Amino acid sequence: MTQWKNFTKGFLRENPVFILLLGMCPTLGVTTSAINGLGMGLATTFVLVMANLVISLVKDIIPNKVRIPCFIVIIAAFVTIVDLVMAAYFQALHEQLGIFIPLIVVNCIVLARAEAFASKNTVLTSIIDGVGMGLGFSFALTILGGLREILGSGAIFGHKFIAGDGILIFVLAPGAFIALAYLIAIVNKINKSSI
Amino acid sequence: MEYFTIVISAIFVNNIVLAQFLGICPFLGVSSKVETAIGMSAAVVFVMTLATIVTYLIQNYILIPLNIGFMQTVTYILVIASLVQMVEIILKKVSPALYQALGVFLPLITTNCAILGVAILVIQKNFNLLQSVVFAVANAVGFALALIIFSGIREHLDLVDVPEGMKGVPVALLTAGLLSLAFMGFAGLVK
Repeated sequence: MTQWKNFTKGFLRENPVFILLLGMCPTLGVTTSAINGLGMGLATTFVLVMANLVISLVKDIIPNKVRIPCFIVIIAAFVTIVDLVMAAYFQALHEQLGIFIPLIVVNCIVLARAEAFASKNTVLTSIIDGVGMGLGFSFALTILGGLREILGSGAIFGHKFIAGDGILIFVLAPGAFIALAYLIAIVNKINKSSI
Repeated sequence: MEYFTIVISAIFVNNIVLAQFLGICPFLGVSSKVETAIGMSAAVVFVMTLATIVTYLIQNYILIPLNIGFMQTVTYILVIASLVQMVEIILKKVSPALYQALGVFLPLITTNCAILGVAILVIQKNFNLLQSVVFAVANAVGFALALIIFSGIREHLDLVDVPEGMKGVPVALLTAGLLSLAFMGFAGLVK
């Protein structure tokens, strides 16, 4: 597999949200607007890349039996860094995302890439995989957030372009499930027709 | 009265799965049969209560006195992971019957973000120990309620003629959306 393919697989073919269905909690929880989705996606991307980098570096030192706890500690360390940096520099966003920032640590996508990819591949390939998967995740979250924002409040990235209230349900909890259901159906359709 | 409010709020109004989006992975993953849903729910009730008590004590008697609050995420996840492992070993020895029932679900619980989520929420809300326990139990019951109702619906979904593109995950998510809509009817029940 070429590096380019390795990079682009996260967008549609192996998109973490639409195809692999990993990391559903933040996907549904924070995507009330496009900017929240993007912020969460980028935070997760950072953790993914750094965790992949470190794990692929130390994979030969870690005994096989205790590898999962080791991975979790490495991931948790980077999540703490993201949490503190965001609290210091992006306070508004940090408050919006709230509990979902520390919860990146139990986001299955990070551990899944560590276990399935970084523990078996070289440093460079693992970093590229982390960037690709992270951007694919951000892409999915931004689309879902954008869709919910447009339908729910008639705005995109905070710029209102439809006067009045939107379809309120889409910014509330049920809207997350419904919007994601249709998005997955559409992505399935696209993937099927491209094969 | 205060505890009553916590319970009603956690189970119905701010249901952990349908309103707060914690624990979605097991919610979608083990909900295809009612039996497995009940097993998972029982395991969650057990571990969530235990984990909340332990992390609460660690937060207040170790992390805060030592002034290392920033270690919260790392400590909690390690505590929860080892707690789950310990519960598994103890159950195997003490109650093989219970172990048989919960066994397969226990390892899955480590990555259930509802457990870590509730442990962190309790600290954020400044609850005391008793309130924390009540909150944890109520949230676990809320999780169980949502999971069992959802799995009941999904069993029937198998028999229904669903459009080709919506089969599988999309229709399950749509069902969850409608369920969440139904739970929104409880909004305003408590302040």
